[in-house]
Amino acid sequence: MTALVIAEHDNATLKGSTLNTITAAAQCGGEVHVLIAGHQAAAAAQAAAQVAGVAKVLLADGPQFADGLAENVAAQALSLASNYSHILAPASAYGKNVLPRVAAKLDVAQISEITKVVSPDTFERPFYAGNAIATVQSIDPVKVITVRTTAFDAAASGGAAAVENVAAVADAGKSAFVSRHIATSERPELTAARVVVSGGRGLGSEENFKILEPLADKLGAAMGASRAAVDAGFVPNDWQVGQTGKVVAPELYIAVGISGAIQHLAGMKDSKTIVAINKDAEAPIFSVADYGIVGDLFEIVPALVKELG
Amino acid sequence: MKVLVPVKRVVDYNVKVRVKSDQSGVDIANVKMSMNPFDEIAVEEAVRQKEAGKVTEIVAVSCGVAQAQDTLRNAMAIGADRAILVETDAELQPLAVAKLLKALADKEQPQLIILGKQAIDDDANQTGQMLAALLDWPQATYASKVEIDGDKVQVTREVDGGAEVLSLTLPAIVTTDLRLNEPRYVTLPNIMKAKKKPLDNVKPADLGVDVAPRLKTLKVSEPAQRAAGIIVPDVATLVDKLKNEAKVI
Repeated sequence: MTALVIAEHDNATLKGSTLNTITAAAQCGGEVHVLIAGHQAAAAAQAAAQVAGVAKVLLADGPQFADGLAENVAAQALSLASNYSHILAPASAYGKNVLPRVAAKLDVAQISEITKVVSPDTFERPFYAGNAIATVQSIDPVKVITVRTTAFDAAASGGAAAVENVAAVADAGKSAFVSRHIATSERPELTAARVVVSGGRGLGSEENFKILEPLADKLGAAMGASRAAVDAGFVPNDWQVGQTGKVVAPELYIAVGISGAIQHLAGMKDSKTIVAINKDAEAPIFSVADYGIVGDLFEIVPALVKELG
Repeated sequence: MKVLVPVKRVVDYNVKVRVKSDQSGVDIANVKMSMNPFDEIAVEEAVRQKEAGKVTEIVAVSCGVAQAQDTLRNAMAIGADRAILVETDAELQPLAVAKLLKALADKEQPQLIILGKQAIDDDANQTGQMLAALLDWPQATYASKVEIDGDKVQVTREVDGGAEVLSLTLPAIVTTDLRLNEPRYVTLPNIMKAKKKPLDNVKPADLGVDVAPRLKTLKVSEPAQRAAGIIVPDVATLVDKLKNEAKVI
């Protein structure tokens, strides 16, 4: 029994999501191998080799992997699949894009966004926006799994695995990367941040969202938003925390002007400490908050910044 | 150019489902059912592409129980030209749906298939990608912008941290994200018109597809509940609690 983790990386370093996925892979009971499909990605492969619990790193290097096209990465994983009992990827935009292609070609089900490994063939996963947890058993010979990264600790460093070059599959030739627009920010990444400050419809406008910046600055926080705020166009889509956005579980989550629709709660209720600031004392967000303040956020947020010193 | 738009009938997004006390599943008896919101965006996108002269025919497809006809009528009220129901009472998992859709795509020969990125009941986020693999077509998931140009489609995708643009050679698969468009309200005249549009009915066996589930649900349970917290009177108390009680700052 051996598990293959399809690594998310930027050719130079591993994304944090890969470390959580390695932990889930180790819990499946066998050895863990990591596939780095990238372009000039030896550094990323070296980084994977140093993760504790990794027995072997497979490096498939070529320009066809430079931009993570699903067609090529999935084909690469498939070329190696016969050696593995489990194939895992993080349930990030990257992993969710690639892995169902692998499952379909293997004619097996994919088990999406697992939050627990019960046994090598049985897993827990949330559905209905996290309002129910299913325990599912796969009857397929290969278990193809995406991993909710917030549900597993990051694997530690301290490994010394061998890096093996593997033959790269040819470019599928049906899709091409054109451009990428990644917002540059001084702030930590939303899914990896220790503190998240999120705003909702209560902020009222794109302009008003700025009131949260000093608070996020003070706490070294990432900024997030509810779907309502994203739909209203106050902030970009990749800020969205919730069932259809990102799932976060920081040490401290501060929800400002967020009522707490189930959609949103599904994305943040595993945070260690939750603070809610809302003028409506009946807002559902208070039912999951450890500490709530009822009142006008436009007074409370600046006062909080001042109090933090 | 013909576009296929698969749509799923799901529990309405405003309904908070309950787990059955025997842990066999969630109770969906007598709850409001609607079209999966991401699929509604997919139908809207196909209709906008048709209005822009890029698309000539839109075929809506649903796989599931007889009542999914209502979902297909809704798709035709938004603007799909005709519909196909693959009718079965069996539990359908994403791989089975992808196989049914592949069989229909082989028959219908669309140039583009637009699907929702995820259904809000099983939250699987698989069907579009699986269908792309089975057809050996390129894919662009989580689309926020779709531009058809000759034998290519250029798609802006929502990815972690921003957006990326891909160019796919048709035929291709696109899955929708929230901000691709805002679906129109269906009007009464369009609902009436939709009733007269053709709706074909086929069975999985007609398509030669085995839909047997591969994942067995052993039990369904309630998520762990958070204990309710406290309301603090002012920010000074809040900061004190965060520092000394929760110890997170």
